[in-house]
This record gives sequence, C-alpha cells and structure tokens, in this order.
Amino acid sequence: VENVRLLDRLSSRRAVVGTLYLTATHVIFVENGSETRKETWVLHSQISSIEKQATTATGCPLLIRCKNFQVIQLVIPQERDCHDVYISLIRLARPVKYEELYCFSFNPKLDKEEREQGWKLVDLNEEYNRMGVPNSYWQISDVNRDYGVCDSYPTEVYVPKSATAHIIVGSSKFRSRRRFPALSYYCKGNNASICRSSQPLSGFSARCLEDEQMLQAIRKANPGSDFIYVVDTRPKLNAMANRAAGKGYENEDNYSNIKFQFIGIENIHVMRNSLQKMLEVCELKSPSMSDFLWGLENSGWLKHIKAIMDAGIFIAKAVAEEGVSVLVHCSDGWDRTAQVCSVASLLLDPYYRTMKGFMVLIEKDWVSFGHKFNHRYGNLDGDPKEISPVIDQFIECVWQLMEQFPCAFEFNERFLIHIQHHIYSCQFGNFLCNSQKERRELKIKERTYSLWAHLWKNRADYLNPLYRSDHSQTQGTLHPQIAPCNFLYKFWSGMYNRFEKGLHPRQSVTDYLMAVKEETQQLEEELEALQERLANLQKSQSGNNKVKNKQQDRSKQSGLYTSNNSLANTPQEYSNDLKSFPSRSPSQGDEDSALILTQDNLKSSDPDLSANSDQESGVEDLSCRSPSGGGCLPSEDSGKDSDEAVFLAG
Amino acid sequence: LLRSSQPLTGPNRRRCREDEKLLGTILDEGERGFIIDTRSAQAAKQARMGGGGTEPKSCYPQWRRLHRALERGRPLQESFIRLVETCSDPSLSMDRWLARLDSSRWLSHVKAALSTACLAAQCLDREHCKVLVHGAEGTDTTLLVTALAQLILDPSCRSLEGFQALLQREWIEAGHPFQLRCARAAAPQGRGKQEAPLFLLFLDCVWQLSRQFPFSLEFGEQLLLTLFDNAYASSFGTFLCNSERERSLCKVKESTHSLWDWLDQPEERHKYLNPLYSHNPLVIWPSVEPQSIQLWQGLFLRWIRPSQHLDEAWEEIQRLVEGN
Repeated sequence: VENVRLLDRLSSRRAVVGTLYLTATHVIFVENGSETRKETWVLHSQISSIEKQATTATGCPLLIRCKNFQVIQLVIPQERDCHDVYISLIRLARPVKYEELYCFSFNPKLDKEEREQGWKLVDLNEEYNRMGVPNSYWQISDVNRDYGVCDSYPTEVYVPKSATAHIIVGSSKFRSRRRFPALSYYCKGNNASICRSSQPLSGFSARCLEDEQMLQAIRKANPGSDFIYVVDTRPKLNAMANRAAGKGYENEDNYSNIKFQFIGIENIHVMRNSLQKMLEVCELKSPSMSDFLWGLENSGWLKHIKAIMDAGIFIAKAVAEEGVSVLVHCSDGWDRTAQVCSVASLLLDPYYRTMKGFMVLIEKDWVSFGHKFNHRYGNLDGDPKEISPVIDQFIECVWQLMEQFPCAFEFNERFLIHIQHHIYSCQFGNFLCNSQKERRELKIKERTYSLWAHLWKNRADYLNPLYRSDHSQTQGTLHPQIAPCNFLYKFWSGMYNRFEKGLHPRQSVTDYLMAVKEETQQLEEELEALQERLANLQKSQSGNNKVKNKQQDRSKQSGLYTSNNSLANTPQEYSNDLKSFPSRSPSQGDEDSALILTQDNLKSSDPDLSANSDQESGVEDLSCRSPSGGGCLPSEDSGKDSDEAVFLAG
Repeated sequence: LLRSSQPLTGPNRRRCREDEKLLGTILDEGERGFIIDTRSAQAAKQARMGGGGTEPKSCYPQWRRLHRALERGRPLQESFIRLVETCSDPSLSMDRWLARLDSSRWLSHVKAALSTACLAAQCLDREHCKVLVHGAEGTDTTLLVTALAQLILDPSCRSLEGFQALLQREWIEAGHPFQLRCARAAAPQGRGKQEAPLFLLFLDCVWQLSRQFPFSLEFGEQLLLTLFDNAYASSFGTFLCNSERERSLCKVKESTHSLWDWLDQPEERHKYLNPLYSHNPLVIWPSVEPQSIQLWQGLFLRWIRPSQHLDEAWEEIQRLVEGN
C-alpha cells in the first residue's frame, strides 16, 4: 500500500511517508525519500494487537502493538486498504499451525552439520555433571523416558538416590499435572539442593505415602540438614482456595521434617494486567512526572518484580547460608516456580552469570521443565487468558541485578533484550510449543535453528566490559540488599521504551568500553608481537627477517584499519536517532513553543533532517568513537531486525 | 542570553524609558526576543500588587513573553524535606514508594527546570533569538535556568574549568544568596524563611545531564556531591555570604581559601574527572520524559544505599579507560 504515513508516537508532525508491504512473515514499511530508505520490519509473531481507529480527514489510522513493546502507528489513506491490511494482519498475527511460524522458513544458510552443532551448544547432561550429579545422593532417572509419567517434564530427571521408580510414580499421581519433585539445582559445596514440583493434590485431608517418601528422600539427600524448606510461591489465600478444588499445599503435620513457607507471588492473570497497565503509562502522550510515577505504582509491576526477587533471595540464602534444601512449587510448577528457581540459581552460582551459563539456565529451568512457551507467549493463536509475561519478569529480575552488580555478569543488557525479542519472534525453534515432548514430535531440532548458536556467534555484541572472572563480584553468591531496597527497583526503559531512541542516553558506555577493551587487547597483542620481534632481531643478523616481519605487521595493522573505516562510514543509527529526537524535545505538547516551531525555521529546511545536523543529540562522532578513532559496534536496534537483515539479504 | 529581576511595574503600570531603551537596543530592527518569566502568569500578575510585575507588551513590542512556573522558596524546601524523609523511611513498602516519591514533587521540579532551560536553549540555538530570563528577584530560578541553558548549549561550560567558571559567574557572582538558602539543608528544624535548595536542584539537573550524556561532561558525580557539601558547610570561602558586596565587606578573598584553588590541585582534580570524557562540540539536548529523569540516588540515598558494587564498577571503568 502506497502513501502510508508512519507517525512518531509523540507528534503527528513527525510523520514519514512510505510504502507498506505485507509478506508471509513480516510487515515492512519503507520510507520514501531518496536519501534515506529507512525500513521498519516487524515480524508477524511479534504482533500483540492491532487496533483500527476512527477514520479522520488524513486517513485511516492503524495501531500495531508488539510483544517486544514496539508500537507502530500507521495512517493509511484509503479506508478500504486499511481494512484489508487490518484483516490480513489479524490473520497473519494469529497462526493456527506451527508450520506457519517463521522458524520453519528462516534460512541462515548454514549446512545440516552447523545446524546440529548449534543445537548441541547447550547440553544439559554436561550441566548436571558440572553441578556434581549424579553422585552418591542423586541419580538420573529415566522413569519418564516415554513421557509416561509426566508429559510436561523432560525424559531425564534427577532424583534423590533413595527415590525409587515406585516412589516417583506414586508421587506424580499426587501432584498437579503429575509434576513430581525433581532436582533443579545441586550445591556441591554443602549438598543442599533446590527441587521443584507442582502443588500436591492434598485437598483438605488427602495423603500420599509415596509423595511423603519423596520429600523424605530429598531431605536424606542432604545429610547436613535434618529438615527441608517447602516454599509455596503463591499468596496464602490462593493456595488455601486451591484446597477446595482438591489441591493445595503440604501439611507440616503429614510431612515430617519440613518447614513450610508461603512467599506470595501473584498469578499469571494479575501479572498480565500489571504489564498492561504499565504499557498504558508508556503510551501516555507527554505525561507529567506524576502521571508516570502514579501510573507505574498503580500497575504494581515493580512490586511483583521485587516479590520474585525476594523469593529467589530466600531460597538462595537457605541453600548457601543455612545449607538447607528447598522444594519449590506454585500451582502447576511451570511459571512462578521457574522464575524463582532460576533467580535463586543465578544468585548462588556465578556460572549462570556467564553468557553460556545463562543460556544453560534458561534451557534447564524453562525449556526442559516444560514452561508453556506457546500458551504464554502466543506462538499460535490461543486462549488470551493463558498469555502472561512470565519469562519477561525473570529477564527483568536479571536486569535489576545487573544494575545493582555491574561487574557480576558476563553479558550486557542487549543480550537480555535480544533474548526477550526472540522468545516472541519465533525465528528460532528453542521456544516453541509447551514441552519437550511436543518439540520432539515436531522435530524442532531437525527443522529449525537454535537461538543459542546465533547469539553465541555474535557474542562480542553481548559482552559486559566490566566483567572480569577474577572480580570479587563474580565470585560466589550474590547478596542483594533486602531492606531498605525499594529504590533499587528501577523502571526498565531500555526494554519497555526500547524503540524510543530519544529516551535513552545517547551515548552507549557499554559499546565504548567494549571498544576500548578490544583495542587495549589488540594493542597488547601487537606489543607482544613487537617484543618478540625485538628479541628475534637481537638474535638475528640478516636484514631479510626484518623486512618479512615488517610486512606482516603492516598487513595486520591494515586489517584493523579497514574494518574500522567500514564501520566509521555508517552513521545511520544516529541520524535516525536525530530524526526521532525532536519528538522528545521538551517543547512538544507545549502550546507556546508549538508556536515557536511553526515559525520560519520549520518551513524551510528542517535542520533535523539535514545530513550534518547533530545539534539534536550531539553525538555525531561518538557512534564510531574509540580512543584512536576506529572501531564501533553495531546498534542493536536498527529499523529492521538486524539479525534478519543479514540473513534475508542473501 | 540575558538575566535580570522583575520590572517594577506595580499596580499603576509604571513605565521606565531607560529600561525599555535598554531592552530595545539589544534587539536589531525587526528582530524578536523572548522573555522567559519563571513565574506562572498569575503569580507574575499578582506581583504587581507588591510593586513588581511583568513587561507590558505595548512597551516592549519586540519581546514575546513566555511563562514557565518554577518552584522556589518554601514549597521547594518542603519538597526537598519530603524527599529526604521518604528516602530515609525504612518502613516504606514497595506499595507506597513511588507514590511518596511523587508526592514530594522533587522529580517534577527537576523536569520543569530542565524543560525551561531547554526552552531557553532552543530559542537561542534554533530560533536564533535572544532570550531574557527573570523571575521575581533574579537570584534563584533565573540563575537555575541561565546556568543550565549554558551547559546545554556551550561545550566550554562542560569542562571542569568551564564548569567552575560557570558556577562562579552564574551563581556566586550573580548573587544567589547562598548564606540564606543553604543554612540547614533538609533538617525539618531547618525551616528558615529564606531556606531553599535551588543550588541543589541545579546540581541534580546537572547530574541528569551527566547520566544522559556520559561522555560529555569532564567531571563526575563526585564533584557534584562535593559542591553540594560545600554549599552548606565548607572549609572554603567560595560559597560564603549572599553577594559579591557582602564578600567584599567581609574580606572573604583575603581571609579564606578558594574551593576552586583546592580542586585545581592535580592530586585533587584527578578525583573529580570523568574518565569517559571526550570534548563534545555540539549542543546536548536532554530528554525530559519522566522515564529519563531519575532519582539522584548518589545524593539522596548516599548514606542508605550501599555503594560498594557501584564504586567497584566505577573503578573498573577507570581502569579500562586509563589502561592497567
């Protein structure tokens, strides 16, 4: 559709005109204009909702909201076209079959072996071995090898040595969705462990010998403690209400040597509404400080984040300081349980704070343990009541921790944002379906590519320059402050206002420091090479050696400079920033300054669009800045998904 | 960029030819200028009853007046006290934190100050128009706006030296009454009539700029904290008294040491420099969206928030930039 206007969220004056394309996988908007043919690409799977608004004199507005928080406002001239686009998008954004998803057509031009290797990058068996199991207390069980015991669990689970198959099966019958207690994290240092399950089907008075034996087995697997904690991550009221439905929680009288604890985290419906309210705040036009703070508080979002974090802290403390094992569950053991177990693991074990370790953590506690990705994130069209930002909250907990402990994580904010992006994008097969069983049936590994391999390949973009494996923050357990700590939880504008460039610090400290680090490294390598050469020269007599080495050094150097120059010639991210900045000008929405802007200056060449104008952000040269003027890293948010640009252009 | 105090128009709409002529000579033939009045239109009008007022359009035809109400005086002091109380309240649950933060209105004041400074800067830089800023006395919100506008516009104000010169010129010599304004800080007992944290508000705005443009200021948070400390209690004479006249009468220059001299010593200077600094010749336009304005934790939670991990991060940054 031609002559479509793409509005800036804040000011209709900032509209650009272009052409709208709908493909099988994307919505693409290409700006007219000879200088910039800026493209905005949106994957259908990212589309959360489409709103057709009332037709005005200027055309028919269409608002597209995405799961990665991008909001696109289009104005289509003809009502008929707008309607067609609307109907098409509704259909395209709600696939009914898995085969419709992008991951099945995405082709990064890798051969079969590379695809397989990609899937092998994260190996859970290796991970359990790294933890220290199997050992004298824990064994691997294949009782679920055909998903016969629990269809949302993986085929291989780790259970206490004294848990026989009979006990496991018996316990599974007493647990919601058959999700029996299984090992999530084992602490080599003191044998304490984190186990996870779903709620027991105890009702008001039901008992199950095998389930009680299962918890005994978990306790016995830790000789250092004579009790275990059982943590129910639901609010007490909800858990009690579940008893009326024949479910509920563990009675301390029936289970010997347990200490029961509620740590109330609200359910998926509350969280879905909370996010909704927060996004409404983000969509306010020219909000005052009060609008924003009240809106944010009203949504309750940060309160929920803190609740998840507090639960993780409690469990980490129990394991690391008290040496007591913990069994965690919620209702079905696939939402809050996953969040809380992974936060606790992250606090306990520095390995999960490395890039590889983090991928492993998600693979273990989310993918393998049957978190319902499809239902929660809407891969396929389904029940809207199942949608909830569960993993988004976990990812935000990680970001909050990164802000408190800037040296503790090997990866940076961009890594988290890209992972969240791809959970919804369905470009890779990792987060499809609801369980390992479903993924195997669909032959995901043979038909799609792994996100982990893709991220690993680009890991230079995701590194935290402040991370040092020998830093004190990267050793041992992290201890976030518990109280007072309200102020520690900040609004994550990098995620929820990700696409509004005008909001963020214009200059990326992370990228700059990475460039500095790289350059320092290169210089150190050169220094080494030169020192070697010097040593050689002192030994050697012949001039030939000299010439040869000199040539090698020069080629190495020119290699450096070439790559730097090619990056230095692509300032487009910042000029795009410049275009969007004026929407953030403090004078927007202010009627006096609105008058200012309609005077002569705007009628003639708008300084914003001129190629050399950097008055807006004042960062003309800094996109490619490094101490010696070379080297810069690509911005993660170019108009189209930078991942795809590379692959699809081929 | 010009600053002054309010014209003494009074209830009888007095005129002053000399004042009109002065403002007239500033502008060329046919050129327009802007007057940014840091009081609300209503407050400015009411000021007439007390002998003050605004420049009537008929007498100053080339000047266009804009009102941007900025808080000052007692309400600003109350805002500051509320904020400090909120930050130090250990019983505050997550449920109420943001609401309390908002009810102090401090961040709203930061937003308003930055917005007004940006407006002044925009008039100068984009509209190429001259700007006159005044409130009532010309010693509080006026200086806030002119000093911030210069930081935004002029890269030479962002070097350590330039910033010191800016403070000396726009705050100290311009006559901000430090002794009256910075008597007791946020102590609830400290409700002196003239007490108001304008200078702190300025420092907070500078901190917001440093956060949004981490490479563009030659100095870091440590300098801002030091300036805050010294404005209220100092071993130096720099922030003493209320005006150059008082300083001269008290012989401040002869009998005290200057904070600037102290800071300029190489071993001190080093502590206040920003390792990420790189001269940025361009105008820096901050975002004043609520998401972009954050609580200055380094100041308001200075004694509450453990800073160890953040200090370590800062050390790491310095280490990376300066080499091992």
